[in-house]
Amino acid sequence: IGAMENEIVKPRSQRHRRVLKARAPKIHENDKKTMFVRGGNTSDVVTNVLKEMYMLKKPDALLLRKRNIARPFEDQTTLEFLSKMNDCSLFMFGSHSKKRPNNLVLGRFFDNQTLDMIEVGVDVFQSLRDVKTSKCPLATKPCLVFSGSLFESDDELRKVKNILIDFFRGPVVENIRLSGLEHVMQFTAEDGKIFLRSYRVLLKKSGSRTPRVEIENMGPNLDLTIRRTHFASDDLFKKACKQPRAAKPRKVKNISSDVFGAKKGRIHMTSQDLKNLQLRKVKALKRKPDASKCNKNKGKKTKEKKQK
Amino acid sequence: MVVRAEALLQKIQKEQEEKLLSIQVPKTIDVAIDAGNLLACDSNPIDTKQLRSDKENYLKNLAREGTQLLFNEIWKLPIERVQDAVIAKVPSPTTVIPREKPIPKAKPPTKWEEYAKLKGIRKLKKGRMVWDDESKSWKPRWGYNRANDDTKEWVLEVPANADPNEDQFEKKLKEKKERVAKNELQRLRNVARRTGKKVPGVGRTAVGQEKQSKLELEAAFHVSKQATASLGRFQETLKGEKNVKKRGQKRKFEAVTQKGNTEKEKQLSILNQMYKKSPQLNLTKAVNKEIQDGHSVKFVIFNVCSKAGVQRRAKSMFNLFVTIFLSG
Repeated sequence: IGAMENEIVKPRSQRHRRVLKARAPKIHENDKKTMFVRGGNTSDVVTNVLKEMYMLKKPDALLLRKRNIARPFEDQTTLEFLSKMNDCSLFMFGSHSKKRPNNLVLGRFFDNQTLDMIEVGVDVFQSLRDVKTSKCPLATKPCLVFSGSLFESDDELRKVKNILIDFFRGPVVENIRLSGLEHVMQFTAEDGKIFLRSYRVLLKKSGSRTPRVEIENMGPNLDLTIRRTHFASDDLFKKACKQPRAAKPRKVKNISSDVFGAKKGRIHMTSQDLKNLQLRKVKALKRKPDASKCNKNKGKKTKEKKQK
Repeated sequence: MVVRAEALLQKIQKEQEEKLLSIQVPKTIDVAIDAGNLLACDSNPIDTKQLRSDKENYLKNLAREGTQLLFNEIWKLPIERVQDAVIAKVPSPTTVIPREKPIPKAKPPTKWEEYAKLKGIRKLKKGRMVWDDESKSWKPRWGYNRANDDTKEWVLEVPANADPNEDQFEKKLKEKKERVAKNELQRLRNVARRTGKKVPGVGRTAVGQEKQSKLELEAAFHVSKQATASLGRFQETLKGEKNVKKRGQKRKFEAVTQKGNTEKEKQLSILNQMYKKSPQLNLTKAVNKEIQDGHSVKFVIFNVCSKAGVQRRAKSMFNLFVTIFLSG
């Protein structure tokens, strides 16, 4: 019915039509938006964490102003509704209670259904303001570093790692400016805890072209304890990970580049009888070569083709 | 001289090697790097002793090493120079991250598209502006200030075979409404074909009306029962359904002969109303009626102004503007 509802909705204006088009499923998807939700009761720590994470994830983020009383692990309908309304497929829900102090729930959706959720408790939080160093500009794509063997060995933590990559990676790009790699986020797993550290990159000269990397802690820093997790069933996850054929990079055949970066092509010809070549009425042989074309054909043989 | 040159060369070489070493990071297990996501996964086990004793510095070192290895990979990528900036072409990410929305399905063609393909009818792009003979200017083909606007006609011919008492303007509006409704139905039918589900109803019987009351459901049921060519005359009744012939408000007529003075009183009250000097105008009702009929706002103001009395003009104008503003 969900898909049908989308079809039935008749756009009320051109603007509405554009919004619907932007939110429709596509082959190459939009950058995932995150919503930061405050629960019925929050502590100072939790509110500050939400605010700072929101700043990190701007502009693909929404900090919801109102409180939303919800229990993500019991009933996901509120969050699913919010995700649908705001077109956000990632969320961070903060709450505070006696049983679960300084609670954060990180999660993601697929097709407005909950995919994965992890609940963490904030033990230690150092905000951007607490760490008195210079910061990098907003909306820089961070470099992610996962330290520790637990992220590979433990099944649950492997899924947690996938969620964290999805959450923090930012927009997927084709080119990056080398001087713009300023932000590093490090996740370390040890004994049921995850340490999140944020660094600023300082590039120093080294003997070679590649610079030496020096980093400086910039904040925010979080010490998290994993509480509960909810992972998607295998088939739902598989369905969500399915990529359309059109999105796969097309293999370009018969084109190669040599060491110097020159582009070379390959043409496959049928065997030609050199004695009986059609040389009359071949326009390519009559054409006067231009100066530029002359230089191009210097190192290459001119192939004589049979004109149809 | 030769010995000094050799020593110098050796010294330079040593310095260069040291500098080169500075970008090397020795690791027992290779760090997996996904340049597309700017991701470095270091699966070497953590030294818990160091972690407990000097946590921040240890974590910083781990991060530095991971970042160094990542940057080593990134600096190997092909480079472009664009307006002072050095750009590296990043490969597509290798880590599989789930999508946020399902893969879009190819839309099957609508009924018209199939027919057009069959007949070879091509879509010809029409220009936006059309020459309007009346105003001798180029006007848009559709929409605001359109050319050859037939919605603003103030005179309509009554065709020879039509009933002379029929309102041609009403007829035109009604036909337009019918065309719109038909188009909507066709669209929904195309949607149903596309999604493979049944046609969602329109109006009372629309799909997606979740909390319908008992009365609403009853109304929808009776409407859909009547929606046949024979207006529901030959529809079978369901089990337990009472077949009522006439539905809706009963028209009540008064008796021919009435008791006492009722008829006399009624006639006299009508005469009294007619001879009253102040106009018996319910302003809001009048405005709403005009707006409902779809007549232009200017006409409404003119009409109502002429009706309203001098004393009440100020208040009535205010009310009028408020109602027009609220109704858009």
